[in-house]
Parts: sequence; C-alpha cells; structure tokens
Amino acid sequence: MATTTFNYKRVYVWEKPVRIFHWVTVLSTTILVITGFIIADPPAINSNVEATNSYWFGIVRAVHFITAYILIANLIFRIYWSFAGNQFAKWDNFIPYTKKGIKNILYVLKVDIFLMKDKEHKLSDISIGHNYLAAFSYFIMTLFFFLQVATGLALIADNSSWFFPKMFHFIVPLFGGDIIVRYIHHILTWLFMAFIVVHVYLVLYHDYVEARGEASAMLSGFKFIRSERVDETEEDIIEKATEQMWDGENDESK
Amino acid sequence: MIKTNKKGETYYESILRKGYTRRDFMKFVTYMSAFMGLQSSMIGQVAKALETKKRLPVIWEHFQECTGCSESFIRSDHPLAADIILETISLDYTDTLMAAAGHNAEEAKQKSMKENYGNYILVVEGAIPTKDDGVYCTIAGRTAIDILKESAAGALAIITFGSCSAWGGIQAASPNPTGSVPVDAIIKDKPIIKVPGCPPIGEVMTGVILHYATFGTIPELDAEGRPKQFYGKRVHDSCYRRPYFDAGLYAESFDSDEAKKGYCLYKLGCRGPVTYNACGFMEWNNGISFPIKSGYPCIGCSSNDFWDNGPFTERLENVPGFGIENTADKIGKIVVGAAVAGAAVHAVATNVAKRKELKRNECLGEVNEKNIKE
Repeated sequence: MATTTFNYKRVYVWEKPVRIFHWVTVLSTTILVITGFIIADPPAINSNVEATNSYWFGIVRAVHFITAYILIANLIFRIYWSFAGNQFAKWDNFIPYTKKGIKNILYVLKVDIFLMKDKEHKLSDISIGHNYLAAFSYFIMTLFFFLQVATGLALIADNSSWFFPKMFHFIVPLFGGDIIVRYIHHILTWLFMAFIVVHVYLVLYHDYVEARGEASAMLSGFKFIRSERVDETEEDIIEKATEQMWDGENDESK
Repeated sequence: MIKTNKKGETYYESILRKGYTRRDFMKFVTYMSAFMGLQSSMIGQVAKALETKKRLPVIWEHFQECTGCSESFIRSDHPLAADIILETISLDYTDTLMAAAGHNAEEAKQKSMKENYGNYILVVEGAIPTKDDGVYCTIAGRTAIDILKESAAGALAIITFGSCSAWGGIQAASPNPTGSVPVDAIIKDKPIIKVPGCPPIGEVMTGVILHYATFGTIPELDAEGRPKQFYGKRVHDSCYRRPYFDAGLYAESFDSDEAKKGYCLYKLGCRGPVTYNACGFMEWNNGISFPIKSGYPCIGCSSNDFWDNGPFTERLENVPGFGIENTADKIGKIVVGAAVAGAAVHAVATNVAKRKELKRNECLGEVNEKNIKE
C-alpha cells in the first residue's frame, strides 16, 4: 500500500503538579461522595453494642471533613498553578473569552459531540492540551466545587472553633437556612457524579478516536501531536533538551 | 392587673409589692441568669439591674397567629418568670391576656405608645399578610401592616415571638395565599430580635425580654437575628441521643425495638442536625421533656420555611417544583443514569459516524505492523 502513517512527536502537556492535582481530586471526590452518601442515609448496622462502644458514624463524618479540607487545599493549589504553570495549565485555557476559544467550542460540539464530518481537517482544530469545551466544563465544575465547599463549610461552621469554616456561615442566611443549604450540598453530589461519567467517557472517546494518548497523558504527562506542529527538527530538539539537562546539573553542582 | 402597675417602679419594688420575698427574688434571678447563659458571677449584676431599673413597657401585637406562643409564654416554669412579664413589666397591650377589651384596650395601647414613645418594646406574634392590601388580617377595622407600622414607629426594639413573625410560619408556607411576610420584611429601621419556634420555649421568651430589661441592650444575635444564648446550638448538639448518632445506632421505624431502646431518630427525618434551638438543654413544660425525648423526631419548627421542607419523618425532603415524592436521590439517579445512557449511545454513534476514519487508521496501523523490522 502506498499510504503512510503520520509522524507524531511527544509533548509534555500535564506537568507533575497538574497530574497530582488531578489524582488527589479523583481520590478525595470519591471518598467524599461515598462518605457523603453514608452520612445522608446511614446503613442500618444496629447491633446489640452499647453506644459507648461504637463510633463508626463519627469516624465516617471525620473522614468526610478531613478529606474535604484536603480537597480545598488541592483546589487552592490548582488556582495558584493556573498562574504559575505551563501554557496548558494557565487560567485562560478555562475561560473561552477569545474568538479562538469560541471557534474551538463550536468545532468540538460539531465534530466530537454531534459527530459531524470534519471536512477541513485543520491541524489547529485539534487541541494539544484541553479543548476549550472541556476546559470550560472544568471551569463550571470548579464553580460548583466552590459552592459545594462553601455549603459544606457553612454547615459545620457552628460546630467548629476554627475561623476558616466560620467565614462561610453567611451562606446559611443567604440561602434561607440549614435545611436548604444541606439540600444544595446533597444535590451537587449527584451533579459531580454525572460529571464524572461524562468526563471519563469523553476522555476515552478522544483516546479511541484520536489515539494520541489522551487517557494515559494524566499518568505520564505526555500527549502526541503531529510532527508538522513542532517547528524544530529532531536534531535541534535533542540538542536543546540536552543543553537543558546539563544546565540543570551544572546549577546543582554549583 | 395593669392598673396596679405604678409608673416609675423598679422590678424589685413591684415584686416585693406582689408579696414575694427577697429569697424568692434571688432564686428567680439565679434561675434566669442560668437560662440566659450568664456566668454565676453575673447574678449580682442581674439582681442589681432588677433592683434599680425602671420597668420596661411592652406592647404585644397579635397578627396571623394561633396564640400558641402566648400559651407557651404563660407556661414559663418559674412562677416569677410569668409574673415578671405579665405583671411587673408593664405589658400595656396584649389583646388576648389583658382584662380590657374593645375600645378600652385600643385606648390603653394608644396612651402607652404616646407616653413611652421611643422607650417601649414591641413584641409581635404572627405573620403579616400583604396581599390585597393586607385585608386578610384586620383588627378593629385596621390591617395588620397598618397596625405594625404604627406600633413599630415608637419602639425601642422589636421582639418577634414564634416562627410566624420571625420567618413567616405556616401562613407563608407554599403557596402563601395571603402573601404573608415576617416582621423584618416590613420594618427595616428597628433592631429586631427573632425568637423563632412553633412555639418558642417559654423560658426563652422570658429570657429575651429579661435580658433587655436587665442590660438595656439587645442580646448578642447570630447572623439570622436570633439570640445566640438560646439559638447558638443545634438541637443535635445538645441532644441526649447524640451518642447513638455517632455510634451509628438508628431507629428505622416507629414502634421498632430500636425506637423503644431510644436510638437516634436521624433516619426518621429528625431535623435536629439543622435546627437551632434550646430544646435539648432547656426542654419543655418545666423541663419534663422535648420531642426527641418523647420519641418523635424534631420537625425543625424554629427553622426558616420548615413547613415547606417535608415530609417531616423522612430524611430527604421533596424537591420543590418536581411534584410530590421526588427526592434529590430519585432525580440524581435519573440524571446519572441519563449520563451513562448518553455516553453509551454516543459510543455507538461514534463507531457509526466515524467508521471511515477509524477503519483508515486501523489499516494504516496494520501496514506498519506488517513492516516491523526484525
């Protein structure tokens, strides 16, 4: 056959802090959802033990609260990294305020969501990091994460002696009482679960259709892009990378 | 009884005049100080204030209410607690409890409001209907809004007794046919102390008035305007069944063995964890019991909109706007199910719509596979 496959180059897209952030979010959200549902509707493990000898529900709640604080710290770190990180981690990936962003959203909707034909096959339409639609959905989810964190902290504000949760007590009168705040907290949990389903599916979809390491990128940090999209030749790249490596080592030896 | 009140008399003088002894007085002061959440070292200050301070005129308005709050109030357990409000504090107007009626009562109110302008406490029981110019609650031919505005004008502070005047209560529950609103929706320029509950505990009501009478200031309020000393804790945090909650021992149904053993009522919809009130430590009817102690879950009667957050005996409330029997969990399961189904459909559609592209990639890959060098 006369056809040739394309050449791909490996690009470092997700830096280590981004990957760590991602997996901490995965773990803590999983724990929070599970413990959250246990707290909302505890299973009946009624036994003959005296209340004095058992504290499992208290522990479930403690795990929920501790994990929540881990998630909060994680979120704060990610906000910092959206200013300090590389071009794919930057905040402006997540808010499609440019013409380019809006065009990309329309492209993704057309080609990936409604599965229409991509007639032009423009390389620039394929995003290297997040596509703008996915990134925007993460931005929206971040807002919901903030709401979830705020309602959660508002609910424990009165039981806490720390100033941090107390800062969120204003949420309670804002929404009109603990019952409603607790309710919002509960409903948002379902929203996160629905998001996880869609997110995981679309990652797998991209990996399946594009076959350039969409899923494994969150482990390795690398994605593959067509070599035409990288300016330099193989030799130049190796030379520069070697220089960088040795520079680093020279710095350390000083 | 109003006639026996002498103007300018102190609380202590009027108590002695009623035939109580100094010992009764000190017992009462100690008791109320404890209820107000004060340290024992403050008892002297409370006694001193009652000995020297002039009595506080109180005007008590009744609007859309069931008089349950008044009933609760006159059952404050210490005999002096009720007395001090009903007799020694000049309760100049309360149409349900006062001897006078009709024109005489209204006259007494007008007189007191005029004489004590800017110096009396206004107590409001019941919500205020606003729909159709407020015709759904009229007293002596005047609407509740009108009366409230008039009596609030000269008030030092307003105390709202009960969930109706604090939040709107049952008449403000959906669909709120009379457009009922709480006091703070109408009066914006006066300090308002919310004492919610359906009804509030008698001693709490007495304690709030007494706090004002003693210190001349409104008690410390939380973000929602409730006195912190009585509404600072959730029923849950002072509940004697809390150990069962932490141990995960729950009554699953009424009349079950677990319910009889006194297990936690969390799964029977107890609103203790979201309700701020003093029930857990002050209890009701001379400290005999409170709902949870009597085996029934808290319905959150001192919470905002508690009527609309039903059913009371279920953990999860119905989602408003989705009709009955639609909890967040039901809707959540549908949403997540729809996401999974949507993903499955999309996956199939992908294989159909992109079959050429996928096939081509496969063929190219196969060629490469065959050309692998040894």
